[in-house]
Amino acid sequence: MDARLRWRKFVSNFMLAMTGVCAVVSVLVLFFILGYLLFNGGTSINWDFFTKLPKPVGETGGGMSNAIVGSAKILLLASLIGVPIGFLGGVYLAEFSGKGMASVVRYAADLLNGVPSIVIGIFAYSLMVLPMKHFSAYAGSFALSLMMIPITLRSTEEFLKSVPRMLREGAMALGASKWKTIATVIVPAAYRGIVTAILLALARVAGETAPLLFTAFGNRFDSRGWSQPTATLPVMIYTYAVAPYEDWHRQAWAAGLVLLGLILVINIVARTILSRGIAVPRS
Amino acid sequence: MATTSTTLKGAGPATGSRAFFAKLRNGDEIARLITMVFAATVVLITVALVLELWTNSALPRHKFGLHFFVTETWDPIMDNYGALPFVYGTLVTSIMALVIAVPLGIGAAIFLAELAPPRISDTLQFFIDLLAAVPSVIYGLLGVFIVVPLMRMVIYPALNKPFGFLSIFKGPSYGVGFLTAGIVLAIMVIPYIISVSREVLLSVPRDQREAALALGSTRWESTWKVVVPFAKTGIMGSIFLALARALGETMAVTMVIGNTPKIAASLFAPGYSIAAVIANEFTEATGDLYLQSLIELGLVLFLLTFILNGLARVLIIVTTQKGSTVNA
Repeated sequence: MDARLRWRKFVSNFMLAMTGVCAVVSVLVLFFILGYLLFNGGTSINWDFFTKLPKPVGETGGGMSNAIVGSAKILLLASLIGVPIGFLGGVYLAEFSGKGMASVVRYAADLLNGVPSIVIGIFAYSLMVLPMKHFSAYAGSFALSLMMIPITLRSTEEFLKSVPRMLREGAMALGASKWKTIATVIVPAAYRGIVTAILLALARVAGETAPLLFTAFGNRFDSRGWSQPTATLPVMIYTYAVAPYEDWHRQAWAAGLVLLGLILVINIVARTILSRGIAVPRS
Repeated sequence: MATTSTTLKGAGPATGSRAFFAKLRNGDEIARLITMVFAATVVLITVALVLELWTNSALPRHKFGLHFFVTETWDPIMDNYGALPFVYGTLVTSIMALVIAVPLGIGAAIFLAELAPPRISDTLQFFIDLLAAVPSVIYGLLGVFIVVPLMRMVIYPALNKPFGFLSIFKGPSYGVGFLTAGIVLAIMVIPYIISVSREVLLSVPRDQREAALALGSTRWESTWKVVVPFAKTGIMGSIFLALARALGETMAVTMVIGNTPKIAASLFAPGYSIAAVIANEFTEATGDLYLQSLIELGLVLFLLTFILNGLARVLIIVTTQKGSTVNA
């Protein structure tokens, strides 16, 4: 009996220790990725990386200024399309909709959120690239905005719904109409959460490669305007990593470091804003 | 003006059109209509996506029918397409990813939910969330330069020498292949399994644990025989969610799977996946049948993830509700 109890206690401690090992291993992966990128990217990053265009194959040096600008352009346009649709759609879900319509919209958003990014790419290709007959920053932005919409929509809805009833009723009691209540009381009360959600959506699409492969495509040069093929950081990392040139690998590491740094900073900032709490005490 | 409308509303059910115009005047109806348009856009986009995939894959659907999924040839020159190698590659890599990721992920989730003090649990969860935010192309980059050489030089000799007689470990290794892709995918989906499973485990009511401990079970026994079974369906949900991610994952897999449309029993052999073939060949596809075959593959991917995501959501909701009803 005693031996059996000792055995059970041993199993208990052993298995619990193993779960700890699992947790530590999983978290260590993050630091491993960061460390490796810092090591490899840090040694290859320099001022040229940010300011110069890619050099032709065979010549060493050069940078990815076109891809940095391209990524910024596409992310900006994607936010301009995706955020208003997601935000206003979320307002509708939280404040105006009846049951039937709301569940349809919610279902559609969840479905869209689960679509593999490469399929989003196909959709943007057949909707934008085929009619326009060439790859463009427009098509890339459209593809990324499709991925931002469901995230923004669902979190806007959630944060608006978490605003206490008292605030709503207070505004109504003072004679404000519904939309005035929403615009001047409810949205300001929930804005932190909404901004966080938008930032997280932006960080999520900033690293997307698959939907850009056949929408924004890529470009070895600066692209003027929005209707030309445009280079982006994630696509550059992909092309450079699978190419057989040593110098390109170096640049891929540098680009990876810049991209991951950007995404992690956005994530940390957004999560810090959120953890400080929504401006309103929850009832 | 706003006051008028409130009085109107309070005065009882006004006739339809008058109430409508009153609301229109104070802006409520306008705001409702505008936001509704944007909400409807989301539905419209989703419907358009499904329609676009369906209509643009009509050619291969009519020409090959269901044979598309059981044919092994992928021959753009003869214009003959079969999806079997890609379906096989996608399934094999995803299942392998789950075999590795599920024990690790659930173990870590148990630690975070049951053992770790709240502060440590939250801090670790923060890192897990960051890990989930790492883009797939970065995983691909590390896969190409770390996992592939590691595979060739360490894992392949270690498995091939003692177990080489098994057909899954037979043959030469090029570094890239099914197993490499499976490992990279496993690392990518672990954060999803941890986050959702932790959430589900935390929703298990306290009395369940206390009852088990009071009956004399050890801490592990109460966790493994009471808490985990209680949360079983939710954990299954997290696994389906991870599977959906793994099936649709493109970049990391494309970079390490070897891109060879062949079915091989050996896990060391190079292969191909649905998402990878779309990523590689879409821009080069000449001819309608070629392009539409790729789009049909996209449709398959969409349907698979659609079903899995739906199942996952139902399972997770069922479990968390079970927790709250027992609580009440």
